[in-house]
Amino acid sequence: MRMPAPDERVLARRAEIAAALRAIVPGEGVIDTEEGRRPFECDGLTAYRQLPMLVVLPETTAQVSEILKYCKREGIKVVPRGAGTSLSGGALPLADGVLLGVAKFNRILEIDYANRCAVVQPGVTNLAITQAVEHEGFYYAPDPSSQIACTIGGNVAENSGGVHCLKYGLTANNVLGVELVMMDGAIIRLGGKHLDAPGYDLLGLVIGSEGMLGVVTEVTVRLLKKPATARAVLLGFPSNEAAGDTVGAIIAAGVIPGGMEMMDKPAIHAAEDFIHAGYPRDVEALLIVELDGPAVEVDDLVARVEAIARGKGATVVQVSQSDEERLRFWAGRKAAFPAVGRISPDYYCMDGTIPRRRLPEVLTKTAALSAKYGLRVANVFHAGDGNLHPLILYDANNPGELERAEAFGAEILKLCVEVGGVLTGEHGVGVEKRDLMPAMFDEVDLAQQERVKCVFDPDSLLNPGKVFPTLHRCAELGRVHVHGGQTRFADLPRF
Amino acid sequence: MTDTLSPTSAEDVLAAVRDALAQESPLEIVGGGTKRGWGRSVKSNRVLDLSRLSGVTLYEPEELVLSAKAGTKLAEIKALLAEHKQMLAFEPPEFAPVYGGPAGRQTLGGIIACNLAGPRRIKAGAARDHFLGFRAVSGRGEPYKAGGRVMKNVTGYDLPKLLCGSFGTLAVMTDITLKVLPAPEKARTVLILGLDDARACEAMAAALNSPHDVSGAAHLPRAVAARSGVNYVHGAGHAVTALRVEGFGPSVEARCQALRALLKRFGPSEELHTMNSGALWREIRDVAPLLPDGPGESAGRDLWRLSVPPAEGAVAVTAMRNRTDTDHYFDWGGGLVWLAVAGTAAAEATSLIRGAVALRGGHATLIRASPATREIVPAFHPVSNAEAAIAERMKDAFDPKSILNPGRMD
Repeated sequence: MRMPAPDERVLARRAEIAAALRAIVPGEGVIDTEEGRRPFECDGLTAYRQLPMLVVLPETTAQVSEILKYCKREGIKVVPRGAGTSLSGGALPLADGVLLGVAKFNRILEIDYANRCAVVQPGVTNLAITQAVEHEGFYYAPDPSSQIACTIGGNVAENSGGVHCLKYGLTANNVLGVELVMMDGAIIRLGGKHLDAPGYDLLGLVIGSEGMLGVVTEVTVRLLKKPATARAVLLGFPSNEAAGDTVGAIIAAGVIPGGMEMMDKPAIHAAEDFIHAGYPRDVEALLIVELDGPAVEVDDLVARVEAIARGKGATVVQVSQSDEERLRFWAGRKAAFPAVGRISPDYYCMDGTIPRRRLPEVLTKTAALSAKYGLRVANVFHAGDGNLHPLILYDANNPGELERAEAFGAEILKLCVEVGGVLTGEHGVGVEKRDLMPAMFDEVDLAQQERVKCVFDPDSLLNPGKVFPTLHRCAELGRVHVHGGQTRFADLPRF
Repeated sequence: MTDTLSPTSAEDVLAAVRDALAQESPLEIVGGGTKRGWGRSVKSNRVLDLSRLSGVTLYEPEELVLSAKAGTKLAEIKALLAEHKQMLAFEPPEFAPVYGGPAGRQTLGGIIACNLAGPRRIKAGAARDHFLGFRAVSGRGEPYKAGGRVMKNVTGYDLPKLLCGSFGTLAVMTDITLKVLPAPEKARTVLILGLDDARACEAMAAALNSPHDVSGAAHLPRAVAARSGVNYVHGAGHAVTALRVEGFGPSVEARCQALRALLKRFGPSEELHTMNSGALWREIRDVAPLLPDGPGESAGRDLWRLSVPPAEGAVAVTAMRNRTDTDHYFDWGGGLVWLAVAGTAAAEATSLIRGAVALRGGHATLIRASPATREIVPAFHPVSNAEAAIAERMKDAFDPKSILNPGRMD
């Protein structure tokens, strides 16, 4: 993975830069020892590692502003980091960059039930928000599987999803406002406890921008009331097609389940061996459909889903009879990644989204690729919204196998784009999928996105080397090419 | 003299924008042209009329996705969705009558460009939350795309969010892809009569803080309720607080019952069934009770839309009612205030309204006003200097020669 070449002049000034940062963040907020920096060398995408030049852990918005102002003035790159659970290398450090961690921004500032929102610092974990309000029957809806560890600041950067986002939306649909520090140190507030923007929707733009437009120092999230009940239906099918058809038929019947997850046979077996959730082993595909709402609604919808599944040839239909049983149905799915980790020394998790009806075709082609690369693959699938997570099994100790896994993964993602889908549904582009961006976007598409980056960070100092396959200078992107000729213009209908 | 261009294809749009760029001659971009009274009028002698760039190009009900050309009539899309028992969940309002035009001419592009949403905003989000992807021509004369056709996508920046609500100032959208959702089988509305604004906002908060999944929460003060076309509301003789419950039949009935029990302390309640419920929420969505078409007394008034923290809605209005002659009602559980203000002394009214909103967080948009007022009062709530600087650079990044709807959002 090629990253922007380290700037020798910056590296030569390392001690001086550390001293300048210490003047802004006193005490232990600046880490420059090698062992101190080591824990920050990678995020959840552990295949890529890079020791940062320095680590700084500010505690106040004013400090963040001063750090960024200083780094901009001195031409020093900055990489923001939440808990470092990114699966796309979004928080991968730079050799000549300052890693800015928000770990010390860990306070919940306000819980406002009257306005159904909470104001939190970016280092608060996703789950901690729900834990702070669940005694009042509220929760924060997006639930990425790393929710115990991942921070809301990281969720904002990546527009994180989770198993409930078909019904309840992604981070972008559940964040009302942020405080953002831009690379020039300016502090702006976007949104708040009200809805929508007075001008351009910069809040919507910042969410999912992978830490490249600014550093988020405060987040206002929407709180929802927990549904009265939830029940899960476990469905086994003799083919992936039948399972996929069932998902389509459920949605066509007007039912939007709280969660709808699919697993293929290798994933079912891995999960069952690990968790003993009671999954059937003799099916090709498993669906877990969770219905939530008032009891009367849930009972009604469970009956509808059961009928649809039987009509589509389900061979196993089990409805949870208690909350323990519902959680057991989920336990296998939620442990699918570690379960696969048990049967293989390493695995590589992909994250494409596809139009759901193309699933059988994508799985067939994935199986063919699996044979071609000689690597096994297990599939888990957010079936409702078409977000596919193929897990490629490999052994990094075998020379060349990581590279093979990466090439296999890239082919899967290109396949997702070919069938009308996208490279990443919820994990982000980061460094991992950066060089695949041209499979989905042409140069003009990418240039327009880069110009947005230039609006916020004209010197390209904030998290550079992520998302865009080629680094362009902003001045070069700014030129306007006036297209001569009016050949077609004369034909335009006029009144 | 105004030259109107009516492209029928994305290639035509590209040619028109490139020519405008070459001539440095700005374009006013319109769909159905129904909301031209919103924002500052565009100084241009070329109109790019997208209403013939029309047609649904993809609709897969089971995938919950629909694509259409930007000039496709909203009515056409809604009719197609209704055939499959689906809907645009953000409940786009019919805004043409707000500006004195006939209903039914709005285009999908216009709705997206204005990021409109109706009462279901509080549950389902606004247009921005359902806008998955687009193709457009930038003011640089370049065709480009962003987003996709799947509902979970973090590949690249979320430019659909940026374009949604940009009033045609950044790019001319040619193709739009949306998330669609199943329409509810049934809808009912619980009514509580006679509450004052503050008490009504408390009742709405109680309803929205319950697990009963309320999909609309509005309060019409007595004078506004009296203008409703729904007999029961019109004849109530009281202020009316309305709470909508939608979904599957048995669930709606159970939740209505639970909601009425929960809200007992606010007084006796009634229920509107499907037809009346639908009619009432359409009025609320379309600002019908404050439009001059009614008994006429509100003719000539300026119309404001305030977005505030829901718990602050009633207080914000009280601060203003003490000073000016106004009519108002609440939607979004108190978070949206529609306000009709006498058209005289517009500058003072503006500072009063924007001052009251600024105190509580939020923004006030001047939706409709006389041409004279529109020249002196910015329609969009002023933003901080830093944010204004970003907006200016953003305009420059998409439209450096300022040929697309220049000045519209100033």
